[in-house]
Amino acid sequence: MSERRHIRVMDSTLRDGSHAKAHQFTAEHVSRVVEALDAAGVPVIEVSHGDGLGGSSFQYGFSLEPQEKLLEAAQKAITRAKLAVLLIPGIGTAEDLEMAHQYGVSVARICTHVTEADICEQHILMAKKLGMEAIGFLMMSHMVSPEELCEQGRRMESYGADCVYVVDSAGAMTPYDMRSRISALREAIGVDIGVHAHNNLSFSVANSLVAMDEGASCIDGCTCGLGGGAGNTQTEVLVAVLDKLGVDTGIDTFKIMDIGEDIVRPIMDRPQIIDRAGLTLGYAGVYSSFLLHAYRAAEKFDVDVREILLECGRRKTVGGQEDMIIDIAWELNQRKLAGGRSTTTT
Amino acid sequence: MADRVKAAILGSGNIGTDLMVKLLRSKTIELTMVGGIDPQSEGLRRAREAGLKTTVDGIDGLLADPNVGEIVFDATSARTHLLHAPKLEAAGKIAIDLTPAAVGPYVVPAVNMGEQLRAKNVNMVSCGAQATVPIVHAINRVAPVDYAEIVATIASLSAGPGTRQNIDEFTQTTARGLEVVGGAKRGKAIIILNPADPPIMMRDTVYVRAPGMDPELVSRSIYDMVESIQEYVPGYRLRTEPMFDGDKVTVFINVEGAGDYLPAYAGNLDIMTHAAVRVGEEIARGLLGQKTLAESEASSR
Repeated sequence: MSERRHIRVMDSTLRDGSHAKAHQFTAEHVSRVVEALDAAGVPVIEVSHGDGLGGSSFQYGFSLEPQEKLLEAAQKAITRAKLAVLLIPGIGTAEDLEMAHQYGVSVARICTHVTEADICEQHILMAKKLGMEAIGFLMMSHMVSPEELCEQGRRMESYGADCVYVVDSAGAMTPYDMRSRISALREAIGVDIGVHAHNNLSFSVANSLVAMDEGASCIDGCTCGLGGGAGNTQTEVLVAVLDKLGVDTGIDTFKIMDIGEDIVRPIMDRPQIIDRAGLTLGYAGVYSSFLLHAYRAAEKFDVDVREILLECGRRKTVGGQEDMIIDIAWELNQRKLAGGRSTTTT
Repeated sequence: MADRVKAAILGSGNIGTDLMVKLLRSKTIELTMVGGIDPQSEGLRRAREAGLKTTVDGIDGLLADPNVGEIVFDATSARTHLLHAPKLEAAGKIAIDLTPAAVGPYVVPAVNMGEQLRAKNVNMVSCGAQATVPIVHAINRVAPVDYAEIVATIASLSAGPGTRQNIDEFTQTTARGLEVVGGAKRGKAIIILNPADPPIMMRDTVYVRAPGMDPELVSRSIYDMVESIQEYVPGYRLRTEPMFDGDKVTVFINVEGAGDYLPAYAGNLDIMTHAAVRVGEEIARGLLGQKTLAESEASSR
């Protein structure tokens, strides 16, 4: 008789979900969600501003509460799960990890754009020095070939990463794209592989399964899919499907469904659906967190939100470039005023 | 009396080599040598081609030469400048630090150059700071700035190993520069690398919260400052008019490089090296007993 396969699910409701809440989570939200996820058996729970430690800013949106307050609430509520934070070098620093360590954070998810792994060496080193598990995140993985992805994954491994994630930040990958990348990475590195999928093209669960097929052992989800863009892999769905396939996650299927329905859904500001802007993110290959910023800019400058996002895609904007949204919306508006249509010519 | 001050460059990477090209044109500084550690480096090869002395023994090679000069520009990395600074001080050299090490006071030419000319070690803060601190200062001089946040976006190709190993230092030093030189009560800096091909031009976004500001006064002050910066960074431009929204003003900046070493997209290198040259030449004028720009400006008021 074969042993049950095991997948480690990491829940990002309180981090990627922060994008969908415009970073307005309260300490009480954090307490309730963390307590419930922990009780349901979720092994790793991520709590941070959507753009990670230090993300509270004009650029990404200010958090309602200081990050220390949310981490403290999480630390108090957690019993057996591990507490994780996100860190994007260039936004947060290695010192921020020292702060997080004081709140019992034991997993550091360190993200770079998929071509820029070498900016996170000092951060992975700090995480390891603090005794944390260091997970390297390669954001916007759809933008490079599997070979280039492998090169960057190898670098992260060489710095000491315990696990490397393929991150479909734009929800732009089809299952074919995911398969080729995970299978290549599985040949290239020795450490665990993870997958973080977005639902902009409705492929999040499918992409997660394909990744598992090709050797990923860690999968991210968010309850109710609460997350950037059209949302993330919905944790409840992922857990139910894995359960149905006989894969062990340690998570109680019914309990995680209840968390979605009873705790997270009531605090959502909008339904997590694939609307035309969310779909355009996946279509154009644009970072999912741009969604709400693009809506605001579209309204302020009276242009079609899709035109803004399409132009972001044409210019190959990467994660973190929210200021480009305003710039592009302004430019589109200028052209409209000058008598053209609100489209760009390139 | 010599008509130029001798100087050397430590560091043969992107920034050091671009600096070299600019200093070779200088009428106030005579570049003598470029010191590096990598014998294969393109920068050292170019220095040799330009007729300069070179060394692969880094600072020790530099300081072993009795004619190396009075000023040393350090374009290595924060970690190595911390090792260099005491050696340069012991050797009686004036150090112009282009790394985020910031051993000495910050200098941003359009803002505080006149105040720092007697320091033995001056720090150029960062490329992002050189582009944005003047704007924050321009706002602060007419409306006190509570909070200033800058986002520097640069082409991946223009970020060498020094920059990549110093991402944290970049954000921290730049934030402090916004406070200490820009005048903001609190500063924050973000840096983003974008690998798009063709490479993107350096851009900086400045967000400032200044309660009670007069948009017209602030705009005028910003435009005046832009003109001052363009005197030494011709490729510095505002993308749009400053955007006002209650207490908040947003300024979008593009920096197009002169193309001295890397092509025009590397405005981040260019503004750093232009600023360092500006400071170096001003220090040199002082050493030569010539009238400095700061003095000229003061007497023309």
